[in-house]
Amino acid sequence: MVTTLLISVTIVTSLAVFLALLMVIADATIANYGEVDISINDGSRQYTVRGGKPLLKTLGEQEIFIPSACGGRGSCGLCKVQVVKGGGSILPTELPWLSEEEQQDNIRLSCQFKVKESLEIKIPEELFLVKAFETKVAQIRDLTHDIKEVTLQLVDPPEISAKAGQFIQFQVPEYELTDEEVYRAYSLSSAPSDSTKVELEIRLVPNGICTTYVHKYLKEGDTVMINGPYGDFYLRESDREAICVAGGSGMAPIKSILLDMKDKGISRKTRYFFGARSAGDLFLIDEMRELEKTLPDFTFIPALSEPQPEDDWDGDTGLITDVLDRKLENIQEAEAYLCGSPGMIDACVKVLKDKGIPDERIFYDKFA
Amino acid sequence: MENSMIPVAVFFAAVFTNNILLTNYLGMCSFLSVSKDLKASYGLGIAVTFVMATTSAINWAVYTFLLEPFNLEYLRFIVLIMVIAAFVQLVEMVIERVSESLYAALGIFLPLITVNCAILGVSLFMVIRDYDLITSFFFGLGSGLGWFLAILSMAGILQKLKKARIPRGLEGPGITLIITGIMAMAFMGFSGILTIG
Repeated sequence: MVTTLLISVTIVTSLAVFLALLMVIADATIANYGEVDISINDGSRQYTVRGGKPLLKTLGEQEIFIPSACGGRGSCGLCKVQVVKGGGSILPTELPWLSEEEQQDNIRLSCQFKVKESLEIKIPEELFLVKAFETKVAQIRDLTHDIKEVTLQLVDPPEISAKAGQFIQFQVPEYELTDEEVYRAYSLSSAPSDSTKVELEIRLVPNGICTTYVHKYLKEGDTVMINGPYGDFYLRESDREAICVAGGSGMAPIKSILLDMKDKGISRKTRYFFGARSAGDLFLIDEMRELEKTLPDFTFIPALSEPQPEDDWDGDTGLITDVLDRKLENIQEAEAYLCGSPGMIDACVKVLKDKGIPDERIFYDKFA
Repeated sequence: MENSMIPVAVFFAAVFTNNILLTNYLGMCSFLSVSKDLKASYGLGIAVTFVMATTSAINWAVYTFLLEPFNLEYLRFIVLIMVIAAFVQLVEMVIERVSESLYAALGIFLPLITVNCAILGVSLFMVIRDYDLITSFFFGLGSGLGWFLAILSMAGILQKLKKARIPRGLEGPGITLIITGIMAMAFMGFSGILTIG
């Protein structure tokens, strides 16, 4: 009996060891691409790295963070990088994410192709500002029945340099709903001048991995890892009228932009349309009214689509698109900043285009 | 049947009458998720065929020379899957090194099928049915081609269905499973021509 046991254990173990050894040897010989050079933005940065890993990971080890929402599984299509030289041809797993133009420019999904030879690549300069941060939850408060405001105090590094309107990625550790770390993107709602903390507005999505974690598990004092900032949704420099439109937690980046205008003394004409269902879905109203007083030319226009009798609502009513349609005239020269659900944004973009704002002056951040 | 004919019979049986996907319903997960795309189905089909043929031969050797002599048949599940996983990894590394175009066409699908139950199923059937080395190899090859045939037909059908109006509740895996069922019945028409197992 004992011998049988010993024999079976020995056989299986030695087979496992043999296979593992084979893998190690293969890894060191077949999959060993040696040291390769990565040159970024016409040689402004040079790195010598070990080849064999996906570009996204290789760059991550050099503390260059390319935005990625899926964590490198090739399912979000965010981690695009232009490859000038090297890298071979585009893989089938990248194709669904690349337009024909992007394919011609040799834009690649950095999570899918591996670094096997020296590369020359191009990355937007602002990505070098992207860092990983260790933070502590300083405060969690309820904004509405399903939106929480989370304030994170930065610990290491202690400061972040973000533009108003940009987002960070929030790392969710393993817990009930996920057996691996996942990242989800959230816009900053705090002012960029407030560089030692970040404020996020997180709405509970039923069974959402990150939102459930934040709403049910996260406590003040907890440690949270984030990285960022990312995104090209931020206030452009101009004197044009700014028309901001948001719904739900789309409030966050717009609030950040407004606070930034206050800090910098920007006095351009600004109107902010905020859509909600009923009064229970409105939040930060006092803050917005306060901004109306401090900013020289700012109007806040909340609108309810289904005001309840008990709301006692005397403001605007109707879908946000109807309100825009009613209130906006002669806005061909304006810029628009939109933030919210994809459905809301698509509908609002249509209204704004009909009113004469060209595509290139409509900026939006879709919360998908 | 003459002994020399057995591998050939097993080969055709594995493709048509005993199609691993349509009669045993093995390898469904990658079948359901990849059949949406004709090109990917083609790549995955080739990868599955290759891995099934080679792993059935390797696993035959492992089973016959390692497990049987020591009466360790009861460990076959863990041992066979271990060999498959290691082999697939190894092949992926080699392909990636030697040919970029082959890697793009075939290599990227390999990690997908490491854990495909049809691959382990082929190795287990071959053990249960007591095949010799040659027969095992042809059984693996035939099963792979049978799986390839099934996913290619499905991808073709789904291509046509893109323009059809499907009841909402049946979109995606729902309609795919129904079609698989109908295909399985159609393949029953082959039964009786050959029998194995």
